[in-house]
Order: sequence, then C-alpha cells, then structure tokens
Amino acid sequence: MRSSWARHNDRVTPPTEQPLVLGIETSCDETGVGIVRGHTLLADAVASSVDEHARFGGVVPEVASRAHLEAMVPTIERACETAGIGMHDVDAVAVTSGPGLAGALLVGVAAAKALAIGLGKPLYGVNHLAAHVAVDQLEHGPLPEPCIAMLVSGGHSSLLRVSDVTTDVVPMGQTIDDAAGEAFDKVARLLGLPFPGGPHIDREARSGSSVAIDFPRGLTSRRDLERHRFDFSFSGLKTAVARWVEAREASGEPVPVADVAASFQEAVCDVLTRKAIDAAAADGIQDILIGGGVAANSRLRGMAEERAAARGIRVRVPRPGLCTDNGAMVAALGSELVSRGRQPSMLDLPADSSMPVTLVTA
Amino acid sequence: MLLAFDTATPAVTVALHDGERVVASSTTVDAMRHGELLAPAIQAVLDETWVPRQDVTAIAVGVGPGPFTGLRVGLVTARTLAAVLDIPVYGVCTLDVLAAQAVDQGTVDGPFLVATDARRKEVYWASYDEEGRRLDGPHVSRPGDVATDGPVVGRGALLYPDAFPRAVAPEHPDARWLAQVVTDERAELLDPEPLYLRRPDAATPGKPKKVS
Repeated sequence: MRSSWARHNDRVTPPTEQPLVLGIETSCDETGVGIVRGHTLLADAVASSVDEHARFGGVVPEVASRAHLEAMVPTIERACETAGIGMHDVDAVAVTSGPGLAGALLVGVAAAKALAIGLGKPLYGVNHLAAHVAVDQLEHGPLPEPCIAMLVSGGHSSLLRVSDVTTDVVPMGQTIDDAAGEAFDKVARLLGLPFPGGPHIDREARSGSSVAIDFPRGLTSRRDLERHRFDFSFSGLKTAVARWVEAREASGEPVPVADVAASFQEAVCDVLTRKAIDAAAADGIQDILIGGGVAANSRLRGMAEERAAARGIRVRVPRPGLCTDNGAMVAALGSELVSRGRQPSMLDLPADSSMPVTLVTA
Repeated sequence: MLLAFDTATPAVTVALHDGERVVASSTTVDAMRHGELLAPAIQAVLDETWVPRQDVTAIAVGVGPGPFTGLRVGLVTARTLAAVLDIPVYGVCTLDVLAAQAVDQGTVDGPFLVATDARRKEVYWASYDEEGRRLDGPHVSRPGDVATDGPVVGRGALLYPDAFPRAVAPEHPDARWLAQVVTDERAELLDPEPLYLRRPDAATPGKPKKVS
C-alpha cells in the first residue's frame, strides 16, 4: 500500500537520449533560465539586474539576490513559453550550485528544488565554470575532449583541462588577484566609462592604438613563469594604467581614452591568449574553448583565433550571448550529465559559494 | 490540502493541513541551513502522509520580517512550487503566526509584543491585542527603543532580557499554526512578497583612489 502511494512523489528517471532539461543560473546578477533538448537550445531567458548595480560601480549582492527572487518565476515561465513546452514536459532540472555569490546562488538552488519536487523530476546541482564550458555544444556540437578551457569573466580567470566535462575538469591556472573582467571594470571607471566596463573598453579601443602605451604583461617574466606558468595577474596592470592616467592628468594634458583602452585591452588579451596556447601546447591538446563574459571581447576572439591558427590549434568561442552568464549553459551541462548517466543531486544540495572547479556536480 | 512553511527565523518549519487538522509537520532550528533543510522537509511531510504532490491545493508561506537570505528561500520555494502545481500561494506575516501560537497556547492573557532577531542588535517587532490582532508593526528597531515590562513572545525577548524582561513562549514560529490560521481564515493574507523592512547595504562609490 505504502509503495503505491509513495510512487506519486518518486522522481522519474530521465531518458538519456535527447533529454529535455531546464537550467537555472543565479550566481551573480543575471537570473537565467535556459531549456535544451540534447544539444539543441530551445530557450534562453535572462533577466539582468545590472542596471540596478551600475551606480554602485559593481554588483551589490543583496540587490542581486532581491532581483533574483522577483525575476525567478516570470523567467521560468518566459523560458517555457519560448521553448513551446509546458513545465511538466521537463525531464530534469539543473541549477548552478556554485561558485558565486552565496545569497544569489541560494535563490536559484531553492527554486530548482521546488521545481524538482513539483515536477517529480531529478535535480542536478552543477558547477558554474563547467557550465561555461558545456554551453559551447549548443552552438558547435559535441565538445572536443580533451580541451583547454579558458574562462574569463568578472569573477573568474581560469585555465582548465577538460577531459570529460561531467567528471574530469582539472585547473591548470587561475588569477592570483583580480579577474580579467574586474580589470576591465576598474580601468573603465578610471577612464570615466560606465559599468560594466568590458563593452565600453572594447568600443573605445577600436579607434585607439594598441601599441600607444606599453602596459605590463603580468606573470610573463621568466622568473614568474617558473611558479605561475598558467596563472594570471591583472592587479599590477590596473595600477599601471591608473599611474599613467594620473601622470597625464597631473601634467594637464588630456587623457587619450581610446589609446589607453586599446593598449590596456591588448595587454590583457596578449597574456590570456599566450597562456592558453602554451597550456594546450604543453599537453599536446588541439582545442581551446573560451567562455565567460570577457570572451565577448572582440580583440580577445580575434587574437586567440589568429595565434592559435599559427600553432595548428582550433579555437571555439560561443556567441557573445552564450558567453555571459545564462541558464542555457546550466541546461547544457545538465543535459550532458543526464546523457552520460551521472547521479542526480539530493534535495539537501547546498549552495557552495566557493565550489571547487574539480567538482562538476554536487 | 494546504502546504505551509516559514523560513523567516532560525526555524525551518513545514506543515501539511487537510482542511480539518495538521496531518504532518517538521521543524528544525538551524539559522545557517535554510536552503538545505526546507526542500527535504517538504518532501518528507508529503511522503510521510502518502500525499501525492498533485493533491496540494494551496501554499501558505511566512513572509517575514526576517533575515533576508533565509526568508528568500521560503518565498522562492513557495512561488515556484505554486507555479508548477498551478495553485495559489498566500503570504502571512511571520510575527502574526507567533502571536496566534501564543494566544492559542495561553502564554499571554492581555496585549503583548512579538519580537524576533533582526541581527545587528535590532529586533523585528509588532504589537498585538489579547486576541492576537496586530495593532502596530511590523517594524525593525533597537530593543531599547521599544523596551517593555509586558509579555514579549519570540526569540527577541530571550536575546534582549534588559529591554524585554518578561519573555514568554513560543520562541520560534511553527508552521502548524501558520496552516491553522490560514485554514480558519484568521490570518491577514498578503501577497508572497518579503517584508524586508531594510534597504540593501550599498554605498555609491567616490572617485577612484590615487595610486601615485
């Protein structure tokens, strides 16, 4: 008797072929809900609170968390409508369980659990960084494995060796201070450009000279390479830009914003692409995948493709809309976890703000 | 079948009410793990009573005031579950639930305050008449500014005995009462919107610091 009743609430095992997966992302300031079937993107609804953070010059965690709560259900409904499905058609629910802002993550994780309970379907808590890698399969098909993934955003700058995106992600290097996107934001602020800085620097740089100012390339000296071959540092670069701009202002000369933007951007892209290619070459890996918000930068995309081609290495970069934080990337990784028969998460899944990259699922 | 829960205090409390009585409930006090505790507790009360989730016809949720992070866990769970099951969700002020508990359990016999922990050396509070009807609040204040010799329900009284020397039970809200007051139509029903009572901490930045 008991078993026949309890079955009403048991979670149904999803099909491993072409699973319909809904993914939720709330690790920072974007409330993202994506829906995929296998490798096919059906919907990618994003509600951003970035405008509410702009006047503070950075993301305010409590403002982001409040916005996630308000946006969550409308964004889920919008995604289902776009995908042309009912919520009950979903085979599995995936959610970013870390790393990210603790309070923000928790809103998405709680919503995903409520969906899993309400639908009677399995829950997959996934790593935000691995999701940035998995998203590329929605645009360019099955992931090249192994590959080197370079994830560059306002919160992360990492080089990863990905042998299996569902189980085997190994960090090769990361930033030892600021994230690349953080450097873009800080330099934009120095130049009087709005937050978030990336798109504004990119635009200004187009009319400037990338060789006008020789800004430092962090952790590229022979000595640094011994200990930090695949690590990044952007804090010194940011300070160098500030010093240069202050010296200009002190001498009463106008600041050539376009030249500073272009030369700064060149320094960041130079180090990123050099180290990514070095990482691939060191392991004899033929594919580099770039993701995260900074991957939307036009110079980074161009330089990476040019330099990699010269070494016979392929570069894959998803379109800018899939590089920034979104729910589709979480759904994409969820779909891969289902397809490869990985274990779902328990309902007591915690939000883990410092989830290690080696943990693809929690 | 009404599913009720509250996460606005250190208690994660869940109850299932069949229209006549509470048929299952669960309460765990742990201020740091609302996100981990709530969903398994909801699943447990459904499984324990063999109630298929489709039989839940409404959700009642405590809307605070309470510490923001935990409060949001309850609200986003209530809103999402209600959207999936296509059922209504009712909000109830958490302090009102504590007041109803105190009146029903007979720990108060006249007007009283309810005070819960707002952290930062403040309390969330509201005042009630002897039948548990809210007279004033909810507000957030320093205990000293609302000190009283009268009976005070809730954890706030235990935390600040100097301001609230007459602490009375209960300490935490219980979803069994939340379910009961909604079923009895004794509760003022609110939208499932959080009662934050405070603005986010954020300051607009000044000019960048000089580095040279």
